[in-house]
Amino acid sequence: MIFGLVLLALIVIVVLWVMSIYNGLVGARNEVKNAWSQIDVQLKRRHDLIPNLMETVKGYMGHERGTLEAVTKARQQAIDLSNASAEDRAKAENALSQTLRSLFAVAEAYPDLKANQNFLALQEELTSTENKISFARQYYNDAVLRLNNRIQMFPSNIVAGMYNFQMEKFFEVEAAEDRAVPQVKF
Amino acid sequence: MWELVRANQRRAATLVVVMAALLLAVGYAVGEAVAGTGTAGLFIAFLVWVVLSLVSYYSGDQIFLSLAGAHRISKQDNPVLWDVVEEMCIAAGIAAMPTIYVIDDAAPNAFATGRDAQHASVAVTAGLLETLSRDELQGVIAHELGHVANRDVLYMMMVGVMLGAIVLLADLGTRVMFYGGGRRRTSSRDGGQAQAIILIVAIVLMILAPLLAQLVYFAVSRRREYLADACSALYTRYPEGLASALEKISHSTVALHAASRATAPLYIVNPLGASAKGLADITSTHPPTSERIRILRSMAGGAGYGQYDEAFRKVTGKAVGVVPAAARQAAEHARVAAPKAPDTRQRLERVRHTTDMLWRLNQYAFIACACGTTLKVPPAYVGHELACPHCGAMHRVQPAEVKSA
Repeated sequence: MIFGLVLLALIVIVVLWVMSIYNGLVGARNEVKNAWSQIDVQLKRRHDLIPNLMETVKGYMGHERGTLEAVTKARQQAIDLSNASAEDRAKAENALSQTLRSLFAVAEAYPDLKANQNFLALQEELTSTENKISFARQYYNDAVLRLNNRIQMFPSNIVAGMYNFQMEKFFEVEAAEDRAVPQVKF
Repeated sequence: MWELVRANQRRAATLVVVMAALLLAVGYAVGEAVAGTGTAGLFIAFLVWVVLSLVSYYSGDQIFLSLAGAHRISKQDNPVLWDVVEEMCIAAGIAAMPTIYVIDDAAPNAFATGRDAQHASVAVTAGLLETLSRDELQGVIAHELGHVANRDVLYMMMVGVMLGAIVLLADLGTRVMFYGGGRRRTSSRDGGQAQAIILIVAIVLMILAPLLAQLVYFAVSRRREYLADACSALYTRYPEGLASALEKISHSTVALHAASRATAPLYIVNPLGASAKGLADITSTHPPTSERIRILRSMAGGAGYGQYDEAFRKVTGKAVGVVPAAARQAAEHARVAAPKAPDTRQRLERVRHTTDMLWRLNQYAFIACACGTTLKVPPAYVGHELACPHCGAMHRVQPAEVKSA
């Protein structure tokens, strides 16, 4: 009788334990999906801001045709590749980042453009969007680390194996420029 | 991030239970000493606690904010601050944007309040916005959001309320006992000895409990500050940002007008004046700022919880770290990222200043153009006119003209 009760109690404890680990794994996996879609949101936001920037800048930097065209082309490329694999997307988005950087570098030479309120607001928006993209990437990587830890580390790897949880890949930094310290040239 | 919250919860729950036991013990003691019925005292203690908790839980935010004289801002009012907070929410995984307030005070400081991530508020002083660069501001906001994410505000509120209740009851008990004499029902109890012992214990509790509770409160508050620093380093991946922000804040000599002893623990640096800042004693709500800066700077190129813990142990010499083990697993090592907004403005100005000196030393002429450019003409220039390279306006050049600073 006592033995039966003890056994029952043990079974209940094990079931509860497995349940909490499973829920933790599901939570971690959903966090990863959420983090990925966050990156998407920020990238799309950048795409939407650029036409505005082009309008503001064209009046002042009309003869900087090369730079402006590069930005427009890079943006179109990034939008076309929105549904491609992560690697292709990352490459296109990094290319867009680079063209934007060169655009802002060229804009430094135009004092009346720099004094334009619209331009300043857009510059802040775009800088902030770049930051948000990198923080969203960072959060995604953190979430992936948490999920992978759970899948591999001891007590939870049993449950992960039982229910077939897959490990996720990190979003690597592609361009070497992202790692380099920016240099101010005159 | 959630690992840190979960790991802390068990510790927090234990502490809450201990404080609650202390509170109820004091209630019982007061009841016993004053009216001879411990249970009535218990009941009253519980009631006081419930009322205070409800009040602070639901309207604590508003009370603190109106005490500080803060006014709410929208995205248009201060886009940089809004963007910095939004960026940190993304890095911290907080889904809902907190309400942002600005306090019209020249002293640099910041605080966060709110019972959970959905109902959070962050307040920043105007002085802070002026003195800090974007990266430093980001470090400070990340620290505040770390408080929000770790539910520190709720936790400190609960502990603070219990402390308040303990102090209240102990005070009440002492007052009634020494001025009212109190009624003791000796007839229904056996043994005057037991009665006397209970009385002594009651008195001791009434004196010691408030002190103990205060010490606990301060210890908890200090620990939470370290944890929030670790969170800031992890979210921004740039501990130097927070370190230099803390440096600037602690060097400011202006005292924050709106702060009082009650709201002091919620601020990032102890706002109660210079005397409170450097002390390493146990009655301080914040650890000494110099120590916090040293820990952040000795993180040796890392930004993870494990690295913060190592730096903490190295600097303070304590054997036990601050970050609970489970949380450390989740974010042990993280590489430091380059600053997002290197302070190019200052660098540019410094370079310009130096080169201007060089031109002057070599007797170049300075001609200011209406478009904002300054033309520097070498002394050997043979000509009477010069066109501005940007706007094309023509300027006359006097060969022997040298502008002195």
